[in-house]
Amino acid sequence: MSILLFTLVILLGAFMAGLVGSLTGLGGGVIIIPLLTLVLGVDIHYAIGASIVSVIATSSGSAAAYVKEGITNIRIGMFLEIATTISAIFGAVVAVYINPNYISVIFGGILLFSAAMMLRKKVDHSDTDTSGKLANYFKLNGSYPTATGEQPYAVHNVAGGFLMMAVAGVASGLLGIGSGALKVLAMDNIMRIPFKVSTTTSNFMMGVTAAASAVVYLHRGQIDPGIAMPVCLGVLIGARAGSKILIKSKPEKLKILFAGVVTFLALQMIYNGIKG
Amino acid sequence: MQLIMGNLLRIGVLLSMTVVFIGGVIYLIGFGQQKADYSEFIMDDAGFFSLESIWAGILDLNGKAIIQLGILLLIFTPISRVILAVISFFIERDYLYVLIGLMILSIILFSLSNKLAG
Repeated sequence: MSILLFTLVILLGAFMAGLVGSLTGLGGGVIIIPLLTLVLGVDIHYAIGASIVSVIATSSGSAAAYVKEGITNIRIGMFLEIATTISAIFGAVVAVYINPNYISVIFGGILLFSAAMMLRKKVDHSDTDTSGKLANYFKLNGSYPTATGEQPYAVHNVAGGFLMMAVAGVASGLLGIGSGALKVLAMDNIMRIPFKVSTTTSNFMMGVTAAASAVVYLHRGQIDPGIAMPVCLGVLIGARAGSKILIKSKPEKLKILFAGVVTFLALQMIYNGIKG
Repeated sequence: MQLIMGNLLRIGVLLSMTVVFIGGVIYLIGFGQQKADYSEFIMDDAGFFSLESIWAGILDLNGKAIIQLGILLLIFTPISRVILAVISFFIERDYLYVLIGLMILSIILFSLSNKLAG
């Protein structure tokens, strides 16, 4: 097909990815990579490069709002970024040495995991027990503003969270995704950070992590301007549209639908990887 | 500080996307009719991934180079956020986090300068 048509198809697809991503909380890479590889026949390495760019775009685009509201815990973010940036670079470097079929299968697996996490009931495990030694040393405990004043919270199991974040970072660097699901696992479940804080902080971190791997992709020529251009433009416009609709919509039904689509795509990617 | 950071991100995204858009238009005008083939990833494809080649391409009004510049600006946006955080921690005299911030910046810088890409 012509480059023009190719660009328009990606623009549309990226728009949908950004739209649904902002409504459901699942990242755009989840749609963009399968769209590029399965539908448009793009080599997965280019798809990964384009996807990581979209992760930076959406992260920076929406992080702006959260930082303003003072919910994001910058110290937690930066502390964990040590783990995520190193592991993301590792993942990105190693990616070209791995058979693309394996990458497809791993990607499908993470997709399934993300879909499942998206549907789970969100239980807040947080409390205010500030006895954690590492948490105190690294000044990770904090508070966030609510309608009734500042709500303090405490961070637990810092080492466990750090390790899980390293896993999330490798996934991000290897697959070009935001690894939102793994990050939620680390922050919500392991470190028991309140939901609001973990989502906003994770958003803040995603951009930096993605930037770290993007640099590797850039050097290697994985970020092709012809693909990256419609991807980031589409995703950003879609995300903006999504945030406008969000107030009036019921994300729950959409999440189920989306989970179904993602599961289908995941199985498709896995099948392709095994077959290829 | 929060305010500056929030606005910085927004401006960064807006600026980089504007550049990408401009580059995109130029690129499509020039190449829109050609066939799109990304089926095989070639590692050292002649493209725009070193700063010198991007700069040369911009002077040439090459659409792809301009897009790459926009992408670079986009990648720089979260990095600038870290820089800002380091400055903010320094003002607060939180030297532990100044250190952590500098660590992150040097990790990224290391990946930027070194040809880790193999």
